[in-house]
Amino acid sequence: MDRRESLKALVLGGVGSSLFLSSCVTDKKSPIVEGDIIEEKEGYGRTPAEEKRDEDLYSKTFFSKEEMATISILADIIIPEDEESVSATEAGVPEFIEFIVKDIPEHQIPMRGGLMWINRESNKHFEAAFNEISKENQMEIIDNMAYPRAFEENSPGPVFFRNIRNLVVTGYFTSEPGFKYLDYRGNTPNVWDGVPAYVLEKHGMKYDEGFLKVAMDPATRNEVMDWNNYEV
Amino acid sequence: MSFQIKKQSTKYDVCIVGSGAGGGMAAKLLADAGFKIALLEAGPDFDPANKEQRTQLRWPWESPRRGAATTRPFGDFDMAYGGWELEGEPYTQNGNTEFAWFRSRMLGGRTNHWGRISLRFGPLDFKRKDFDGKGDNWPIGYEDVKPYYDKVDKLIGVFGTKENLPNEPDGFFLPPPKPRLHELYIKKGANQAGVPMIPSRLSILTRPVNKERGACFFCNQCSRSCMAYADFSSSSVLVKPAVKTGNVDLYVNAMVREVLTNGEGEATGVSYIDKDDLRDYEIKAKVVILAASACSSARILLNSKSAQHPNGLANSSGVVGKYLHDSTGSSRMGFIPQLVDRERYNEDGVGGMHLYTPWWLNDSKDLGFTRGYHIEYWGGMSMPAYGFGFNTQALKEITGDTSRNAYGTGLKKDVKKFYGATFGMAGRGESIPRKENYCEIDSNTVDKYGIPVLKFNYTWSDEEVKQARHMQDTFEEVMHNMGAVPLGDKPGKETNYGLENPGKIIHEVGTTRMGKDSKNSVVNEFNQAHDVPNLFVMDGGPFVSQADKNPTWTILALAWRATDYLTEQLKKGNV
Repeated sequence: MDRRESLKALVLGGVGSSLFLSSCVTDKKSPIVEGDIIEEKEGYGRTPAEEKRDEDLYSKTFFSKEEMATISILADIIIPEDEESVSATEAGVPEFIEFIVKDIPEHQIPMRGGLMWINRESNKHFEAAFNEISKENQMEIIDNMAYPRAFEENSPGPVFFRNIRNLVVTGYFTSEPGFKYLDYRGNTPNVWDGVPAYVLEKHGMKYDEGFLKVAMDPATRNEVMDWNNYEV
Repeated sequence: MSFQIKKQSTKYDVCIVGSGAGGGMAAKLLADAGFKIALLEAGPDFDPANKEQRTQLRWPWESPRRGAATTRPFGDFDMAYGGWELEGEPYTQNGNTEFAWFRSRMLGGRTNHWGRISLRFGPLDFKRKDFDGKGDNWPIGYEDVKPYYDKVDKLIGVFGTKENLPNEPDGFFLPPPKPRLHELYIKKGANQAGVPMIPSRLSILTRPVNKERGACFFCNQCSRSCMAYADFSSSSVLVKPAVKTGNVDLYVNAMVREVLTNGEGEATGVSYIDKDDLRDYEIKAKVVILAASACSSARILLNSKSAQHPNGLANSSGVVGKYLHDSTGSSRMGFIPQLVDRERYNEDGVGGMHLYTPWWLNDSKDLGFTRGYHIEYWGGMSMPAYGFGFNTQALKEITGDTSRNAYGTGLKKDVKKFYGATFGMAGRGESIPRKENYCEIDSNTVDKYGIPVLKFNYTWSDEEVKQARHMQDTFEEVMHNMGAVPLGDKPGKETNYGLENPGKIIHEVGTTRMGKDSKNSVVNEFNQAHDVPNLFVMDGGPFVSQADKNPTWTILALAWRATDYLTEQLKKGNV
């Protein structure tokens, strides 16, 4: 996939072709009016220098095919598919990891070194590369990294596993399927009117009566403020 | 390539350098009054509603790095073109100084991403020396600035509540948004610890103030600059209407080198480099206003050397660049066990906290330090970005759950369960301005435009360190009282109690301070240079001290006051 296509995929994999905004404001000339559609464009508001940097990164490949295959295996063990949501590879996590190690080069040596370490373990115990051994044998190596004995916590395998787990988790939960699974509700125009009453009640909280008298009222929030009878 | 300097034939009434809060305010008022203005901005044009530039309402996966802070220091979607380091525009440090200088090069400057915390200085804040004997008093008091704070409130809009607190003056407030759940938890703990928490005061339109700007639609993203213009950004709120009058010529990508002067020592205009063709240009004007940011304006003045002004322009006192000071900052994160596995709803709210803590110990004499701080809070079900989910196991262990889900569905569930249960507190305090903290020209270093750069000299004193220690003690006490668990180790003496390096809070001011005496100040109480009557400085440079309040609202009020004075002088033919 070339850079343009992959960018497009990122965008289309996102919100679809447009954002519908339900906020209404006082004047038609304002940029957001009820029913307005903001056309989604390729890109995400980059400056020319930033766009060029992205293009440079997209034009390079860091991980080999074999390395990407190992990353995909690990990613789907860390975040598997289950009845509630899709797997890490389905959510595009390996592609995110390929990009982020080019974007933040500090990740490169730990990632590459960790993948080398895994293959060494695999060769030592099963006489084949990690990608070629059985699922059962793969899990044996992973369990040793994921649940190390106390004295091994800071040895290469466990350290690598924690690093790649961070990238997989963050990649997953910043993807669209990850948001769906997390049940994230924000990033959309709305009218904030406080914590829902049933939640407040559950937490034994309530809003101060005096405060409620002056708090923002959704009914008048679009009326231009009139200072005539306001006293400081 | 020809290096002939291009001269503009137009002579403007006023040339304004910088389009942030101060420059925007001056441009708006002067354009409304009918003066011909040249407004210079070192960065590109910007409009948050421009779809090529917009980051508001974008999702993390629209960024291939998921919003990581690789190219923009506050993440991909933050609306500041620039940061602590700019390519080809270095600054240097003296000795053990670790000053961080944040520059945002775009129309509206740093007002596109700022925290919108819009606090008035109180009566005490202008006269601190009278109470603790340290630093200096301002030549003006609250009563001089109050009418302008009132006007700024009404023109731009700020929400808040009338609290009648000493030294935290009330204003013309739009209705405040209701607090979020974590804020109610913090308030409970804070009040038990004797720490007040009141609705915050942010320049975000919970109701419109005119028909040109929309009302807030609660996306929590003011740092991305609002496409409905429902937050205060100088570009959207001041520069845009100023340009609309037809009286403003906007010069973008115009990097000012120096202020030009004539044989009589008056300013005649500015010299700038057009960043697109890399040529030098000159703009002539009757009056020059510098509003390029405290350090940039000081740099321009110090680089404007002539026979009449051998130490730089407006610097007969030698204090240009001196008394540089930033807010103090120290912070701590915490975890609220009661918020584990919480109910989901859209908790975005406005772009910032809904409650904050104003300084509450003005009457205490035994703290070991004499200037105050306020506390800002964050937390809740905010939008995940790069870094999300890194430390789930640590949170789990705090709750006493020693089971481990190193991978698999269990790990996935853990991340979901602990989402929205962390929060943070950040103290922002007043430091004491000192002559020894300053920026100067580093004559050995130039930027890529050939302009000599700034060198910083800055250390914190014991006052600021003790203040940071007090912040950390307060954070722990509040967390303890609210049933929260502080995360990480408490920053101790070895880290100056978490005190951030100067410049990190991005409130640097004081480099062209105002005063009655031209021997120890740069401008008078109307931001007019003592030495050069047709030169004004309207950014944070003229601050004598900056309280624990964020400087923007005071920059705006003082710029309005100074512009009123300038308008009168122009009409009388005095400048």
